[in-house]
Amino acid sequence: MSRLDIKSPSRAQTVVDNLYRDVERRIAASPPGLCPVDMSRSFLQLCHAQSCGKCVPCRIGLGQLSMLIGQVLDGTGTMETIDIIEKTARTIVNTADCAIGRDAARLVVDGLEGFRDDYEEHVKHHRCLAGLQNPVPCVSLCPAGVDIPGYVALVGEGRYADAVRLIRKDNPMPVSCAYICEHPCEARCRRNMIDDAINIRGLKRYAVDHAGDVPNPPNAPSTGKRVAIIGGGPSGLSCAYYLTLMGHQVTIYEERKQLGGMLRYGIPSYRYPRHLLDREIQSILSTGIEVHTSITVGKDITFDEIHQKYDCLYIAIGAQQDKKTGIPGEDSRNVISAVEMLRAIGDDHMPDFSGKNVVVIGGGNVAMDVTRSSIRLGADKVTCVYRRRVEDMTALPDEVTGALAEGAELMTLAAPVRIEADENGVAQALWVQPQIIGETDKSGRPRPNKAALDEVRIPADIIVVAIGQGIEIQGFTQSGIPIKRGTFVAASSSQVDNMDNVFAGGDCVTGPATAIRAIAAGKVAAANIDEQLGFCHEIRVDVDVPAPRLNNRPPHGRINTTEREAYERKHDFCDIECGMTEEGARTEASRCLRCDHFGYGIFKGGRIEKW
Amino acid sequence: MVTLTIDGRTVTVPEGTTILEAARSVHLDIPSLCYLKDINEIGACRICIVEVEGYERLVPSCDNAVAEGMVVYTNSPRVREARRVNLRLLLSQHDTKCTQCTRSGNCRLQELCNDYNLLGDHYAKDLRPVPDDFSTPVIRLENRCIKCMRCIQVCDKIQSMNIWDVIGSGSRATVGVARHRSLAESDCTFCGQCITHCPVGGLQEHDDTGKVFDALADPNKITVVQVAPAVRAAWAEYYHLDPKFATAQRMVTGLKHMGFDYVFDTNFAADLTIMEEGSEFLQRFTHRERYTWPMFTSCCPGWVRFVKGQFPQYTQNLSTAKSPQQMFGAVAKSYFAQKLGVDPHNIFVASIMPCTAKKSEAKLPTMRDACGDPDVDVVLTTREMVRMFRGEQVNPAVMAETPFDSPLGTGTGAAVIFGATGGVMDAALRSAYYLVTGSNPDPDAFHSVRGMDGWKEAVFTIPGAGDVRVAVVSGLGNTRRLMEALESGRASYDFVEVMACPGGCAAGGGQPIHDGVEMAESRGGVLWNLDADATIRFSHENPDVQALYASYLERPLGEKSHHLLHTQHDAWKMPNQQ
Repeated sequence: MSRLDIKSPSRAQTVVDNLYRDVERRIAASPPGLCPVDMSRSFLQLCHAQSCGKCVPCRIGLGQLSMLIGQVLDGTGTMETIDIIEKTARTIVNTADCAIGRDAARLVVDGLEGFRDDYEEHVKHHRCLAGLQNPVPCVSLCPAGVDIPGYVALVGEGRYADAVRLIRKDNPMPVSCAYICEHPCEARCRRNMIDDAINIRGLKRYAVDHAGDVPNPPNAPSTGKRVAIIGGGPSGLSCAYYLTLMGHQVTIYEERKQLGGMLRYGIPSYRYPRHLLDREIQSILSTGIEVHTSITVGKDITFDEIHQKYDCLYIAIGAQQDKKTGIPGEDSRNVISAVEMLRAIGDDHMPDFSGKNVVVIGGGNVAMDVTRSSIRLGADKVTCVYRRRVEDMTALPDEVTGALAEGAELMTLAAPVRIEADENGVAQALWVQPQIIGETDKSGRPRPNKAALDEVRIPADIIVVAIGQGIEIQGFTQSGIPIKRGTFVAASSSQVDNMDNVFAGGDCVTGPATAIRAIAAGKVAAANIDEQLGFCHEIRVDVDVPAPRLNNRPPHGRINTTEREAYERKHDFCDIECGMTEEGARTEASRCLRCDHFGYGIFKGGRIEKW
Repeated sequence: MVTLTIDGRTVTVPEGTTILEAARSVHLDIPSLCYLKDINEIGACRICIVEVEGYERLVPSCDNAVAEGMVVYTNSPRVREARRVNLRLLLSQHDTKCTQCTRSGNCRLQELCNDYNLLGDHYAKDLRPVPDDFSTPVIRLENRCIKCMRCIQVCDKIQSMNIWDVIGSGSRATVGVARHRSLAESDCTFCGQCITHCPVGGLQEHDDTGKVFDALADPNKITVVQVAPAVRAAWAEYYHLDPKFATAQRMVTGLKHMGFDYVFDTNFAADLTIMEEGSEFLQRFTHRERYTWPMFTSCCPGWVRFVKGQFPQYTQNLSTAKSPQQMFGAVAKSYFAQKLGVDPHNIFVASIMPCTAKKSEAKLPTMRDACGDPDVDVVLTTREMVRMFRGEQVNPAVMAETPFDSPLGTGTGAAVIFGATGGVMDAALRSAYYLVTGSNPDPDAFHSVRGMDGWKEAVFTIPGAGDVRVAVVSGLGNTRRLMEALESGRASYDFVEVMACPGGCAAGGGQPIHDGVEMAESRGGVLWNLDADATIRFSHENPDVQALYASYLERPLGEKSHHLLHTQHDAWKMPNQQ
């Protein structure tokens, strides 16, 4: 017997380690709408199997909890059972020796707080409040409910124009989403259970890049109704598109010189080439939409005037107002907001940052957009300053790595404290207070706290503030539209309370969010405006989705898109992404599990043909 | 066309055909359980799985289309083993007390388990300890339900009511009432189509046979039974008798054998309904401006529940005439009691109906007009009557015929067709024509309202009254489409007949069940033949109805009729109206 051995995992342990990874992916692919009590019990059983067995609360308590929750699920429990579960779980949280027991019981405590009504429904009525509303994970997670398995199958058959037509049934901006969508659809893709999510956005991009000109469907006969839309961003344009198809006469009022909203004035063209945006907007307008640009509501025309002139109104003004950091020196020269900078770029006014030291404040996607734009504008050095850690950034990981590859510097755990200016009021440097990461807040993000270190001076010629946007509500304060925490208040139908013919949606209601959420809001508003006007036009499309092929579908790597070399791309504003090849697109499309057909989809909700 | 090989045989079928239908087209019967053609093709039970060359896993044949050159094996050892395992898994959660189940002998699961020779238990029994709800005419038994989802699909796709849904997820996923309601709290019409499409005993009617046996045993009760038109077209299916032999009169013998004092015919009340409803239609038609249009028939309680629950603004468009069942009850406990010289409280009226919704109709607070008691005491479905026959060892094959009793036992050809879609409209038009013109039309003049189309339209000219635009609809999905068309102005009629069940009462929710077979057309055919062969084919010529008016009611829409034969549909509320 040797005195020491080199550790090597047993065969069983290796397999179990693989199973852990499988389970991790599987949990990530959980469809929305599962019984939360049943899931809690299942997690609890997993946790119990992790117990070493030394301590009473964990070894015995977790099993008892699981049995008690089983009684609730079986309908044999009483309201008292729920109390016993709560008492037991709290005791385990308070007395377990390590995280295995404590955090297992915490899952139950959190559940009792989060969905106690579901526990009670099981006890009182032997049923669950949850339910699979839309069983196709990608469709259910797409805010606009786009028929993803449908268009993926069409791409697989090379029917790109049909794919675009199918997408347009639910989302009139397929090109925009092909380039810049944050693809929430991929998050719970069932394919995760086998290997990895389908590259849905990549396939959509292949479809729009190869579809050619796809004409819009004909408009319904004119209804004689007139609808005004305030704001020509993705939400307003989407709403306008569907209402026009329904036969209503739509007029868009846009404050800026051009339509597109944040797609033009927020998203740099290296992510979404301008000519494609222009073409998509032209396609939407070709349905017959009237447009007035450079009109500010509240200045050039009053809200009341529009309100009186039209049968219905959709407000989709977005979140165009920059937020201030509030630190001393913020009004110095050469301190600009991200909104201001990207807006100018949107109208082709390119600032010259040649040889400049640029400091960007913020950690979101907009901060990355200005960081990467600054590099392209010739800056010598671009430093992105953020209060927390890289992993706490709200920017998409790809954006952060993309910026780093292009030469950006990240200065994390640095809280801006003041801006130093020279005697002429020109910014010279940003002073930051180093931070130490601290306890997690309620939303699950760790808080930055002041570290026991001295302030640091970051020399800067230009400081760009990218810490979020607000809503420009000035023109609407007299309109009677309710405003709460700086955003308009509207129902889930987009209807504004107490104002039958006024609807609002997109960023101006949700706060800064994604393009697809804004598009979805426009779609919802169009449907409900149509109803409000006394109609029930149906939006449908006559595209036959290919029947699913029987397929053994063994594990297979995901086809990712690639990017142009950082060395090259950082000098221009041209598209950074290289789309898939035809071979790649067909292979990727064939990975789709067709949840519209296999599983619950063939029974219910697999395909929503019209709305 | 696609050519493939199934079990070594070359089969050519149209593109898009499922493997299962392709096999069945050449009489290779792949066993199935949850499958219901065109309605439930979801591959839930995994019994119809087959082996397809080139595919590692087994493939359900009901929801996968054939492909050119496909090679299919429907009965390989792997397939056989998989079917047996899946059947045993189903059995582990199925309360296999077949001896205590109404579907024993008519159960797809039982049949398959017998076919596959599943002896002994391989899995632990895993029944759910939840109580069943017996408060409604439609009963769901959790531990008999095999979650085939057919009820959900029939209710959604055929009846458009969306009452049933999948409740919960994971191991406890089951069928329940959608939107967190009980069936009693829901707007269910109790049409019973979920029952007749259930492959097992998971859904059934509320069994009321005990109440009838009790009444028959009570010496103080005068027991009266009425038999609805559609029952005679289906009652003997259990006995595998030819419909020509299995006459209504042989059924009368059976009911007499069970001990009923009087066996009457709902056809009598159907003729009475035509007198009242036909007169009401003419009254409305000749005073158009006083009414909202169209006028709807009111004899189908599933439809009455539908309109009240889904389109309540049209409730006033329903004919105020009661259904034949309820007219019969009211007449039995007034006119007939008086004729017998007995206290109507001692009369027990049972109905044999092809319907489950009739059970709830008889319980309405508005259906107690004769003496304060419910006009109809108990409603039995055709299936329950057959179960009583069986218990009493009634053997129709050796029974003679007995005529219905008098005076509520005479019915015309116009009455018997109430049991088929279009029949009420046909009968009403025959008599309306007479009432306006004073002469009879050709009894087949209105034949275009007959047939199995779900939504039929016609315009008939009644000289002296004008053009009558009629529609006949059956099945609640079709009905919803018609109502939406009316609402939006896309359709406009004077008189509309609605039957909740597709094809009318012939395929009612209380009729005998034949798994996977729709019976409306063949049973309806029996009824139309009875009409064609009838000596009297006009309701207004029913001598017993004429006698009732002459000696008691005086005239249609008269004061007594108003009291006994008409109702206020808005005097009660659907659960979703409260």
